[in-house]
Amino acid sequence: MLKLGKKDAGLFLFVVIITLLAPFILNPFPESSAFAQFNAGYPDLMQRFVIFGIFAIGFNILFGLTGYLSFGHAAFLGVGSYAAIWMMKLLTMNVIPAIIASVIFAGLFSLVVGYISLRRSGIYFSILTLAFAQMSFAMAYSVLTPITGGETGLQPKVNDPRIFDGALAEGTTPTAGLFGVKMRDSLEWSVGDWLFTFNFGYYFAAIMMLAAFYVSIRIFRSPFGMMLRGVKTNQQRLNYTGLNSKPYTLAAFVISGMYAGLAGGLLVAMDTQVGPERMFWTASGEVVLMAILGGAGTLIGPVLGAGFIKYMENIVSKINDTILHQWFYWLPDGLEDAVVAMIYPFIGKGWHLTLGIMFMAVVIFLPGGLVEGGQRIAGWVRGRFRGKESPTSGKAAGTPAE
Amino acid sequence: MGILEVQNVNKRFGGLQALNNVNLDVVEGSVHAIIGPNGAGKSTLLNCFVGRLVPDTGSVMFNGQSLLGIKPHEINQTGVSRVFQTPEIFTDLTVIENVMIPAFAKRDGAYKLNPFKRVQDEAEIRDHAEHTLEDVGLADKLDMTASEMSRGDKRRLEMAMCLVQDPKLLLLDEPTAGMARADTNRTIDLLKHIGESRGITKVVIEHDMHVVFSLADKISVLAQGTVLVEDVPENIKGHPKVREAYLGEAQV
Repeated sequence: MLKLGKKDAGLFLFVVIITLLAPFILNPFPESSAFAQFNAGYPDLMQRFVIFGIFAIGFNILFGLTGYLSFGHAAFLGVGSYAAIWMMKLLTMNVIPAIIASVIFAGLFSLVVGYISLRRSGIYFSILTLAFAQMSFAMAYSVLTPITGGETGLQPKVNDPRIFDGALAEGTTPTAGLFGVKMRDSLEWSVGDWLFTFNFGYYFAAIMMLAAFYVSIRIFRSPFGMMLRGVKTNQQRLNYTGLNSKPYTLAAFVISGMYAGLAGGLLVAMDTQVGPERMFWTASGEVVLMAILGGAGTLIGPVLGAGFIKYMENIVSKINDTILHQWFYWLPDGLEDAVVAMIYPFIGKGWHLTLGIMFMAVVIFLPGGLVEGGQRIAGWVRGRFRGKESPTSGKAAGTPAE
Repeated sequence: MGILEVQNVNKRFGGLQALNNVNLDVVEGSVHAIIGPNGAGKSTLLNCFVGRLVPDTGSVMFNGQSLLGIKPHEINQTGVSRVFQTPEIFTDLTVIENVMIPAFAKRDGAYKLNPFKRVQDEAEIRDHAEHTLEDVGLADKLDMTASEMSRGDKRRLEMAMCLVQDPKLLLLDEPTAGMARADTNRTIDLLKHIGESRGITKVVIEHDMHVVFSLADKISVLAQGTVLVEDVPENIKGHPKVREAYLGEAQV
């Protein structure tokens, strides 16, 4: 199917189904229940899941395959966003030109950054990419203000030229869309106490994510991908084997930069504004966390990592002490306060602490990330079921690049 | 005229003259052994052939082309493959992938950036890699991860990685070091067999005299960066200078 191997086709189909059914899967709790705040099936968050999924998939093509750790990928995301918003200002509010431009500009910028940064490897490469990203951030903030809008950033305005669109009535806000359908258009379906939202923007971004995921699988299974894994394992051997590793690493860098640009363009398509903080180094660090948390070098890992972090950021951070008190009201008074006081540092603004602890636990106990965790559970379950027939069946480990 | 001609090569590391006016003339299709005590400069010399080191002075000509100042991958593309002293393989990749990479390099050149080709469509490359692995006796370990193999198997894998490219010149840095006698003999057979069927020129660095005398057509004895003697094996055995070099080492 789709020129994928059997296993890959299965994985891809699984991801397609999960993505399409996400509005259901992410909204398991009835609206009026106390758990409703754990529902993640609202458009804004679902869009973030798939968009940052794209960002992480792209980052993984560089980091997971070649081992080159870029600490400046948010710069490409930012360039993509700025390119997209300018298309919306100059051409049309239709997202197609915006997204094409975001990929192209991020690709060109990553070509320059990659060409220079890839002269070094290891920590020096990471520092170079970090330096480029911070320079981009600082310039977007200051000298490039005419292009970037500086601190306030950019939004499409009513009186922008927009040569393909008709003039808008004074006082309206331009909204991004695709041939008349607006990104924020949603279809709501309430069943009993449940409310499911099918948002056009989400499905648009989800299809982009599926395409990006498909391309990533194909790259992993190509001789090109094999060479990239060769770079990670033993670059010197690759050179003594007659292969010039530079074009390979540069191509991987540019591809992952284009993915980041696509993610940046989609962010703008969903929410038509951009500011320089999008390129700040913490944003670059976040995608590193996503890849490692999910499982660097695996196909599905980065997507899982992206979803996990965005879920924490949006859901765990919203729990406050009032909610905690509601949960533990049934405890004796003193104990209730004690329990709330113990949990409090890990929620709300403390979600970073929870994330940090999870990250450390994963790195120490599951170097292969959440994917390795899943494989271990699957192996354990298989062992339990077949254990009596054949003792060796349980250790069927996944292939390295699964 | 030899296929590999080394003339007046000098290499200095700080105060140490690692190579001192080394001359070497390797005849096409022959096996040329380089022996000598530890620290004689054998590996340094090999490093000068593959682009890892650049000599201070002198010339290294392969097939009439200079190997100096060009990059390792370019040297390999001219037909020079090397087996390292400690196996240099792709440890995270499977055995068959390890051998397919050099096969791709041979067919497609130094780079081919096509992310939409599929490895599974490359039956020709895979067959070639499988046959080569059969030749070195690893046919039953195709899908094993390379890091899980024994040291001897890693050496044989690295040999397969070189042989699959069908090089004109094969450089072997102690190909049997650390191998059991049976494995050593198998490696000797392999090298002899391949030498005859494909006419690959080989330069071998080796400590094991059994290996040297069963393979070599010609031997160069290197000591303290200088070639003491270059001759056929029969004349090397009892050569006074050779004894001196080795005994000298024993006395230190």
